[in-house]
Amino acid sequence: MCLAVPGRIIEIDGTTARIDFGGVTREANLTLVPDAAVDDYVLIHAGFAIQRLDEQEAQETLKLFRELAQALEDEKRP
Amino acid sequence: MSTLIESAAFRSEPEARALVARIHALATEPVSLMEVCGTHTVAISRFGLRSLMPDGLKLLSGPGCPVCVTPLAEIDRSIAAARMPDVILTTFGDMMRVPGSESSLEREKADGADVRILYGPLEALEIAAANPDREIVFVGVGFETTSPTIAATVAEAKQRGTPNLSVLPFFKTVPAALDLLASIPTRALDGFICPGHVSTIIGSKAYEPVARERNMPCVVVGFEPLDILAGIVMLLEQVEAVRRGTARASVEVQYRRAVTREGNEAAQRLLADVFEPCDAEWREIGTIAGSGYEFSERYRSFDARERLAIEIPETAAVSGCICGEIMLGLKLPTDCSLFAGRCTPRDPVGPCMVSTEGACAAFYKYDRQVS
Repeated sequence: MCLAVPGRIIEIDGTTARIDFGGVTREANLTLVPDAAVDDYVLIHAGFAIQRLDEQEAQETLKLFRELAQALEDEKRP
Repeated sequence: MSTLIESAAFRSEPEARALVARIHALATEPVSLMEVCGTHTVAISRFGLRSLMPDGLKLLSGPGCPVCVTPLAEIDRSIAAARMPDVILTTFGDMMRVPGSESSLEREKADGADVRILYGPLEALEIAAANPDREIVFVGVGFETTSPTIAATVAEAKQRGTPNLSVLPFFKTVPAALDLLASIPTRALDGFICPGHVSTIIGSKAYEPVARERNMPCVVVGFEPLDILAGIVMLLEQVEAVRRGTARASVEVQYRRAVTREGNEAAQRLLADVFEPCDAEWREIGTIAGSGYEFSERYRSFDARERLAIEIPETAAVSGCICGEIMLGLKLPTDCSLFAGRCTPRDPVGPCMVSTEGACAAFYKYDRQVS
């Protein structure tokens, strides 16, 4: 029930935003993230944006995963 | 496309193999980790993560499905409201099939009651405006991910002067439940996989008391397979340090792209304005102090229980069902004698089989072969 889907804000009109979910667009309410701006990525739950997403943190997390995979690969080498 | 909406990067196989290898290296002694979020329950089962775990590592499902922990009496109250001739009952779809003592919202709708499934609570405001001579009742079920959306809707209704919208406040809050789970003397738990989306609202700081006072490792985890595997690695590292006595438990965040220590302060302010904490009953578990929300004085007129005189029948507990013990982390769905026989998703007996996000329903759909 706490499913939330990430999307990008493409347009803002008052407290209503148009969100792009990778091709599909839908409206969402911005009351809970009042400082969100166009091009921000947000999590949408029950018609509301509930939090902004941080692209840099996502890249950091993925980098950590890649390093771990690389370390395992290196261990396997004779 | 950004990795924030393209999930493939968080499902990559070489990284998953590396994380699983790390988990196997760390889990040298028996260890039990509990998630407390229906979305985690489903993700762990759907991606088959349980089958990748070493023998001694148990992944338990706690009371993380808001539908599952809604008491029978509150289901009956929703059904009784739907039967009132002037009422349009609005709800998230998850509640429709949940059996009450003698009916369900789905059956009431089939019998002619005006029950409408909403994608979000704001739609109830439009229904209220279009039906000024009817009372619009919203079934307010959910954790802190959902309750701010309903708080925002009610605040908007107050501002607009909407006279015919009310809410059945069945909300639950997560940290109080975690504290109860961590305080069970015979607890078999070594760490919490904390719910990612609840935490976007309340922040990772909300778990600091349970980590500190119960010495219980907590990691806030995202929902993609690599997120969950990485969260398990972080928990195992903490558990090992706590067992050796080299460190006290703490709260860490794996889901850093969405969760901060402080959380969503605008949502927290709204929650504090519209609601106040109350004791709440969790189905099959009991009453947990301070684990629910009721309307604050300013918003009390939105409480459907006060606005409508709703009478409900006496409710009876289901015999043989062990959902309570499952949600407390003491048993697995497969330990229940009713599981997959008398109790199935088509004909559920207990709350964990009712919702698709319940532990028993997820086990039934995905895990039966490997259990």
